[in-house]
Amino acid sequence: MATQNLRRVFVWQLPIRFYHWVNALCIVALCVTGYIIARPPAFQQGTEASFAYWFGINRFLHFAFSYIFLFNFLFRLYWGFVGNRYANWKNFIPTNRKFFHEMWEVIKIDILLQKDKEHLAVGHNALAGFIYFFVFLAFAVQCLTGFGLYAAMSDWWLPNLFAWVPGLFGGDFDLRQIHHATMWFFIVFSIIHVYLVFYHDYVEGRGETSSIIGGWKFIEEDVFIKELEEEKKEEEEFKRKVIEGQKA
Amino acid sequence: MTPSSNRPTYYEELRQKGYSRRDFMKFCTTIAAYMGLQASGAAQVAEALKSNSRVPVIWMHFQECTCCSESFIRSSHPIVADVILDKISLDYTETLMAASGHQAEAAMHKTMEEFPGEYVLCVEGSVPVYEDGVYCCIGGRSAADILQETAAGAKAIIAWGSCACNGCVQAAKPNPTGATPIHKLVKGKPIIKVPGCPPIGEVMAGVLVHLVTFGRVPELDRIGRPKAFYSKRVHDTCYRRPFYDAGLFVESFDDENAQKGYCLYKVGCRGPMTYNACGVTKWNNGTSFPIQSGHGCIGCSEENFWDNGPFYRRITNFPGFGIESNADKIGGVVAGVTAAGIAAHAIGTNLRKKKLIDDLIAEGKESDKELS
Ligand code: HEM
Ligand code: HEM
Ligand code: SF4
Ligand code: SF4
Repeated sequence: MATQNLRRVFVWQLPIRFYHWVNALCIVALCVTGYIIARPPAFQQGTEASFAYWFGINRFLHFAFSYIFLFNFLFRLYWGFVGNRYANWKNFIPTNRKFFHEMWEVIKIDILLQKDKEHLAVGHNALAGFIYFFVFLAFAVQCLTGFGLYAAMSDWWLPNLFAWVPGLFGGDFDLRQIHHATMWFFIVFSIIHVYLVFYHDYVEGRGETSSIIGGWKFIEEDVFIKELEEEKKEEEEFKRKVIEGQKA
Repeated sequence: MTPSSNRPTYYEELRQKGYSRRDFMKFCTTIAAYMGLQASGAAQVAEALKSNSRVPVIWMHFQECTCCSESFIRSSHPIVADVILDKISLDYTETLMAASGHQAEAAMHKTMEEFPGEYVLCVEGSVPVYEDGVYCCIGGRSAADILQETAAGAKAIIAWGSCACNGCVQAAKPNPTGATPIHKLVKGKPIIKVPGCPPIGEVMAGVLVHLVTFGRVPELDRIGRPKAFYSKRVHDTCYRRPFYDAGLFVESFDDENAQKGYCLYKVGCRGPMTYNACGVTKWNNGTSFPIQSGHGCIGCSEENFWDNGPFYRRITNFPGFGIESNADKIGGVVAGVTAAGIAAHAIGTNLRKKKLIDDLIAEGKESDKELS
């Protein structure tokens, strides 16, 4: 069997990789500390209250990671406008027919496992991008409900920017319920996400897993050329439309 | 407001009732403290009660249990009930007024006609709106009708208790009578929400005294509750808080930890989500409050506390998934199904994509062979 020529493509810029791992760390830490807030284990029973503060520390950690999580998230939104094409916000929101077409392809080939076919994307594939859109929404929900709850415990202006959130729900009850349920969304997402990264690495052999560490993926020469041609076609189409528009 | 010739001031009425000036000053100091005013506040209150003639009050009872009235007349200082309620201010209240039937209706209308834009409307209870409001009728008219009529000329409205503020238990799913809180029915009037089931008597007195002494609505939070009483959670002023921060919890009501007075969080205490003054003002003349007697807060002043059961569990039921289902149970099932799906997918991958994988391995081996 013939070996293939691979092109090294730099897809994930350093800020994206940095963001990704800070985010992953925060989510794991927030799920763990959050779960402990929800269901504290019977721990250190019998000590004097004045010598113990572990639950307070757990909550402190939750809030500390919350701040990192928020700013990291805001940074990612910003990078969606200034980063490279693989980081651009258009990867996450279906704006054209091609996007939907690609999603359907991914569902057929990777989810329903069409026999011995592969779908080769350079950056995110369309389905992954669209799912990340909901993940970002969940980030927003978690920040809104979390800081909404936190506002009452803080004198700082930043959390108090969220003080209107409980009013929307009539109080903290529903807010905590939503905040808690969203944690499970992250747990389920993370399980699927990590599995799919491994899956792509396994059936494609292009260094998917390490791409989020080093930043590059290895793309087959023929896929690369096809991508290049499509780009050109799109650009020409765009130019043609602009010229037509100018004429009219 | 200046004393009008036909209406005595609060102070005058008090003196007539036999209270001394000393009693009066004591009352002013107490109530000013409850209202969270600074030391000079007591003098302000005293001054206002001396110079202001009484503010007419109409107190309506709709879908309720009268626990708010009961709480109010038991507030710590007798003057509260005497001065603000009882004979002085109440022009109409079904529970306490001497008149009844048509006489009572007449008294109410007299107040509405004589003091348009001046009287304070207190509403105890929610208003059922289904079937044209037949579920609560007084004198042959629906509560909904009466509310609109009395609200029209009111200077301000006080929504007493959780019923009037958010519907309370009669609004619990499926809310058969369409019990509706006041702010959803009356627009364009200042509404003060004083939630609780019932609200603390001193809090009620504080709100009323603020209204009559300063002649304006106290500062309200985003939900419409007076900030002086509802800006802190029960949890923020709870004396068991150090146990919470230390992670020392009651595990069940009959355990050693309960005897030691540990935090009630794990047996369902809603203090961390409940905005009320129980930890500070307490109940029954400052004697105690639920947590002090070993029972968690049930969140009686919060919207939907009734549908967020069970009361004795930290993790509450998740709506829409039947009883005994909570977010963790559902999440656990979803995660389990996901893991099973992934296992199936992984097996499927090895079967269906065998050629792709074999090719990759062959390609890799070939390169390896070239090296040796
Ligand atoms: C061992 C753990 C993980 C590995 C190896 C990993 C790997 C990757 C890779 C390779 C990508 C880019 C590929 C693609 O387009 O799908 C990616 C993207 C992403 N991952 Fe992870 N991931 C891990 C854990 C997590 C966790 C715990 C989260 C948090 C929920 C997470 C959230 C995301 C998000 C939101 C993106 C989109 C990145 C963007 O903003 O463009 N990842 N991950
Ligand atoms: C991935 C993100 C997050 C996860 C998975 C998470 C998880 C949780 C969980 C499970 C709880 C317990 C809820 C309950 O059952 O009552 C909780 C509580 C809480 N979380 Fe988060 N959280 C996240 C982000 C945030 C953020 C960004 C904030 C913002 C400050 C925040 C603030 C809070 C607060 C204030 C509480 C209530 C703590 C208390 O009253 O002691 N969380 N969190
Ligand atoms: S008993 Fe309730 S209000 Fe008091 S500290 Fe514990 S959780 Fe908070
Ligand atoms: S402790 Fe909670 S449930 Fe009890 S009266 Fe106060 S707010 Fe209501």
